Amino acid sequence: MEKVESILYGSRWKGFLGFIALILLLPLVVSSQYVFTLLILIGIYCIITIGLSLLIGYAGQISIGHAAFVGIGAYVSGVLTVKYNVSPWIAMGIGMVVTFIIAYLIGMQVLKLKGHILALATIAINVIVYILLVGLSDYTGGAGGLVGIPNLSLMGLDLGNQLYFYFFVWSIVFIVILFSTNIIRSSIGRILRSIHDSEIGTETLGVNVTKYKVAIFALSAVFASLAGSLYAHYINFIAPPTFYISFSILLLVMVMVGGVHSIWGAIIGTAAIMFLNEAIRFVGHTYFNINGEVEIVVYGLIIILVMIFIPKGLIGILDFRKILPIESSMKKDVTVKENVASEKGV
Amino acid sequence: MDLFLQYLITGLTVGSIYALLAVGFVTIYNVTGVLNLAQGEFAMIGALSCVTLVNLGIPIFGAIPLAILITAIIGLAVERLAINPARKATPIVLVVITLGVSIFLKGMGLIIWGTSPKSLPPLVESKSIEFMGAVVNSQSLWILVVLIAHLVVLYWFFEKTFLGSALRASEKNPRAASLMGINTSTMSMIAFTIAAGLGAIAGVMIAPLTDATYEMGFFIGIKGFVAMIFGGMHSIPGAVAGGLLLGVIEAFSGGYISTYYSDALAFGFLLLVLFFRPQGLFTKATGERV
Amino acid sequence: MGDLLQVNGLTKKFGGVTAVNDVSFQIGEGEIVAVIGPNGAGKTTLFNMISSYVQPTEGEVLFKGKKLTGRKIFDLAHLGISRTFQNLQIFSNMTVLENVMMGTSVNLKTNVFSAGFRLPSVKRDEEYAYKAAYDVLTMMGMNDLLHEQAGQLSYGLQKKLEFARAIVYKPELIMLDEPMAGLNDAETNTMAGYISDLKEKGHSFLFVEHKMATIMQLADRIVVLDFGTKIAEGTPDEIQKNEKVISAYLGEEVI
Repeated sequence: MEKVESILYGSRWKGFLGFIALILLLPLVVSSQYVFTLLILIGIYCIITIGLSLLIGYAGQISIGHAAFVGIGAYVSGVLTVKYNVSPWIAMGIGMVVTFIIAYLIGMQVLKLKGHILALATIAINVIVYILLVGLSDYTGGAGGLVGIPNLSLMGLDLGNQLYFYFFVWSIVFIVILFSTNIIRSSIGRILRSIHDSEIGTETLGVNVTKYKVAIFALSAVFASLAGSLYAHYINFIAPPTFYISFSILLLVMVMVGGVHSIWGAIIGTAAIMFLNEAIRFVGHTYFNINGEVEIVVYGLIIILVMIFIPKGLIGILDFRKILPIESSMKKDVTVKENVASEKGV
Repeated sequence: MDLFLQYLITGLTVGSIYALLAVGFVTIYNVTGVLNLAQGEFAMIGALSCVTLVNLGIPIFGAIPLAILITAIIGLAVERLAINPARKATPIVLVVITLGVSIFLKGMGLIIWGTSPKSLPPLVESKSIEFMGAVVNSQSLWILVVLIAHLVVLYWFFEKTFLGSALRASEKNPRAASLMGINTSTMSMIAFTIAAGLGAIAGVMIAPLTDATYEMGFFIGIKGFVAMIFGGMHSIPGAVAGGLLLGVIEAFSGGYISTYYSDALAFGFLLLVLFFRPQGLFTKATGERV
Repeated sequence: MGDLLQVNGLTKKFGGVTAVNDVSFQIGEGEIVAVIGPNGAGKTTLFNMISSYVQPTEGEVLFKGKKLTGRKIFDLAHLGISRTFQNLQIFSNMTVLENVMMGTSVNLKTNVFSAGFRLPSVKRDEEYAYKAAYDVLTMMGMNDLLHEQAGQLSYGLQKKLEFARAIVYKPELIMLDEPMAGLNDAETNTMAGYISDLKEKGHSFLFVEHKMATIMQLADRIVVLDFGTKIAEGTPDEIQKNEKVISAYLGEEVI
């Protein structure tokens, strides 16, 4: 008997192979240190935006405060390694557990409510976390930031090396994609999608809808925390403004622009916004001699235009599903139908 | 005791600003069902365009209505250009659009007015008043007066005029309203225009106290939002009470605990309200529990 | 015959209007009970109170001696009660197969983390859900539609799909809100066939319906509502002869 998963959702290995090939090939063509740093940051941000796309596209909830969870991860890692000499790997784990507990407790209370109350609750969390990061200066270094966060090393390999860290981060992105698509391609994925069509229908079938929304929220927070830890160990320096609401908004924009209904949309959106960001900065500085965050005008316009004209995001125009049949359950291609035909003997 | 009174008065002054913003939020939310995250930017535009008009030599009493008018027109443009084309979209998309509008307006503010804070002269130049040992800034009194005038006018508008009832109807039941010949798209446009004007008033009133910058919008908007949640999302009097309460919480936590943590405490209180009284503090109605 | 479901004095007031007034009846194991009544008699409100969608003003519902009133909607499926809706609540963007697999949710143990890590239990769950859904769809002759999007099906097929989804996990009590509404005669007969087959296997049914011929043919007992009050209860034969029922239906096209 063929695997139930591939009967329902087709194969995802083509997409994975394309992804792995791209990650392996990029270092061969990219020589600039600057672009390399950008690629690593895109990888780190992808970990967060994949979680957010699960939250927005599947659980149907919006967060304007994920930077707080990134901040918690980064600071737990930073403070424990710098001030208490804890192993970076253990610190990273502690950060994820702490974030999970916070997100779970908040989600449990707030996700019972209808509407977009979670958006407001996450803004509140972001403000509180930011203030605490600046305020608890004995531990966090306050507004001046925390310096001297060690590089990671894995089995004797110094991940301070750009190339190693690049492969390390993108391996983690791969694991995150695998984990997330595992969820989407299971009964959990079906439950999350069914909520969009009929929440009452889903509950009638014995599903405690809130429980799944909370779990996805907590999971997306844990991804954010992991990304925060990686960021801290990569940049070796963290300061509170990095983790303010403006970063939460940037993350949200990445996901929405890429397309929330697909994990790949999050990745495309993250890369697109990061390159756009650099392009605007370059053009702004070189030709217009502008300082400050003028690029936000362009962001604002892009968000509005994308939401009005392609609410499904960039992935909607590219329709990568034809190449990467990840969530292609809607439209079955011929081969899957044939599998089903031979399946009738069950 | 003196200190207590001083904090209370400061709290009510700041709270009145939050209340003014919250009223704008409730108006849009009730009519269109959209959480407008750009409401704070209307306050920013109101304040900064008023500063520009005053610098052009227009007297303050002429500059304020002009600034409100300009902001209201921007509100109208925002609704026509960004909200109306996406009226059939999901709530998440609409929230994100208002977020985009907020970022865009903030960026425009930066380009037009630059980064340095601008100050606006108070409505009437006068000395502070002593009241039972507490100092009351005359601008604070003006803010209270404006807030009360607001409530009276809005009450009259929503309860006594045809347009007001049409706006309320399109919130309660958009389909029925459109069957009755009320154009909900027009109502949405009017709601945004009014809300932008209300935002501008809040901005113009607060600018003499705190100086105006292009960045002021988002945070002040969020505060208005918190006030709206305290008041239970749907009620204008609730939003006003919520705004005053938020101002007082901030003033007292700033005075007795730490100025630095007053925002954290205010938002912590918001989380508590969301957890335990999501239907708002001042309503008896059951919340929208699933 | 033991009582599976006991409805005791259910009353619902909306403001000053009493939609359902002190209604009581029982359903025995393996029994098919129909609720009928003219339009606006309170059938749907009664149905919604029994299935915990609406809280009664007074009265309670017991299922195998356990109180249902006040429970969460999702608890009912775990107790062995499933229902369908008059205005279909199928998942229109999902396939037929996925829709019916959703019906097995109560028997699945997969959670977000076991799914993410692909623990062996997830594979077992998926295989169980697939097989259960496949069997039901085969039984209903729908296995050439497995991968069609549910929203693309005809109304009659959507109705069958919702029924399949409600019975796939073999609940003891199946509540059907107008299962035949909008179906043609052939489809109605097929649906009636499924219901009596399941009754043979020991399932009980409570349903609201307008098509009298079907009700008379299927139901063991009929409860008649008029203006929110129970005016009669009995076998189809008794109900057909009941004066009160006939006068309540005067002016309507019946029997």
